[in-house]
Amino acid sequence: MATMTASQTIGPYWHIIEDRSWADLTRFGAEGEQIDLIGTILDGDGQPCSDACVEVWQSDPPASDTFPGFGRSNTDSTGTFRIRTIKPGPVPGRGNTQQAPHIAIRILSRGLMTGLVTRAYFSNEALNEADPLLLSIDDAERRSTLIAVPESTAVWRLDIRLQGDRETVFLDV
Amino acid sequence: MTDPVPFRPLTPGTQPPLDVPGYLGTVRRHPRLKPHPIPQTVTETSGPQFSPRLFPASEDLTKNTTGAAALGERIIVAGTITDEEGRPVPHTMVEIWQANATGRYNHPADRHDAPLDPNFHGAGRVYTDENGHYRFLTIKPGAYPWPNHRNAWRPNHIHFSFFGPAFATRLVTQMYFPGDPLLAFDPIFHGVPDEHSRNRLIAAFDLDITEPDFALGYRFDVVLRGRNATPMED
Repeated sequence: MATMTASQTIGPYWHIIEDRSWADLTRFGAEGEQIDLIGTILDGDGQPCSDACVEVWQSDPPASDTFPGFGRSNTDSTGTFRIRTIKPGPVPGRGNTQQAPHIAIRILSRGLMTGLVTRAYFSNEALNEADPLLLSIDDAERRSTLIAVPESTAVWRLDIRLQGDRETVFLDV
Repeated sequence: MTDPVPFRPLTPGTQPPLDVPGYLGTVRRHPRLKPHPIPQTVTETSGPQFSPRLFPASEDLTKNTTGAAALGERIIVAGTITDEEGRPVPHTMVEIWQANATGRYNHPADRHDAPLDPNFHGAGRVYTDENGHYRFLTIKPGAYPWPNHRNAWRPNHIHFSFFGPAFATRLVTQMYFPGDPLLAFDPIFHGVPDEHSRNRLIAAFDLDITEPDFALGYRFDVVLRGRNATPMED
């Protein structure tokens, strides 16, 4: 059995393949509650990471001709990414569990030898209280690093701290 | 409902750690805490599927910028994408980007004093066929200096991005060239602890891919994460 090919950093020049329209998952005409998911990525010194590639994947709404389920945003000079999408609904967990609405996030950048995976949940969802992943994180402050908060109408913010104080919970999938 | 079959855990040593002290960029960007283990759910076992209808292929990087030919040594890169069980990964999108023949990226952040080529943007997109094969035509990228340490130079390399069938199978990596003397000094290449895994990032010169009177050929086979053969209980 061959093992998976080794990862290498995406580096600082990945924008050569960037299509900025990919940051808008509603561009093919998807219907539903349109939201922006934004966030600032900070390094261990609290400095913004302005060259990162932020990818999102959601299995709800199901991918279709009008909804790709996948998006990609750069981070700007303030380290901020911005994804326009449809707010997901709950999806099945393992066994007979249900997962609260969430968006999977992968951060790739210079200085990251592999992608970092995390999730964005939404602070207004009652299902968060029963979500298996959130429940598996004992510390409430750590858990809160996965929960986006409303910033303005239809705009949700999830800041991501790569290292140190209030470090984001990254997931081993 | 039936739980999705999870993908295999990664084999220790075959993937780079996040903290690679010789690569300065990792110092303030690697998380200090261990990643939180989670069981794979539909979120991780499903993933984006790209179709050439919406995301057209662009398989000739030597002519896909202005239509005129880019400068440099033409090369063909081809290979097979399989999973860890050896099964081909069909119809999956591959993204490619790279420096030009002089070692300069067509990117505003690249300040290396080497000439840009107006006919070479350096981006491509290909799809594997039903047998997991892919192929593209490009210009051999040049080496370039980077500010990691004194007299630091990146070996010649091409960046690759793979998706595979699921969020869990995503892979971004770099392909290197055989016999490159800079590989011995590159902290990014050497970030992969296992020597065999590291050397698999070096393409093989391949006379069967080489086309007479046209271009040298290199083979770069890639393995994406595979699923466990049988479902596991939680």
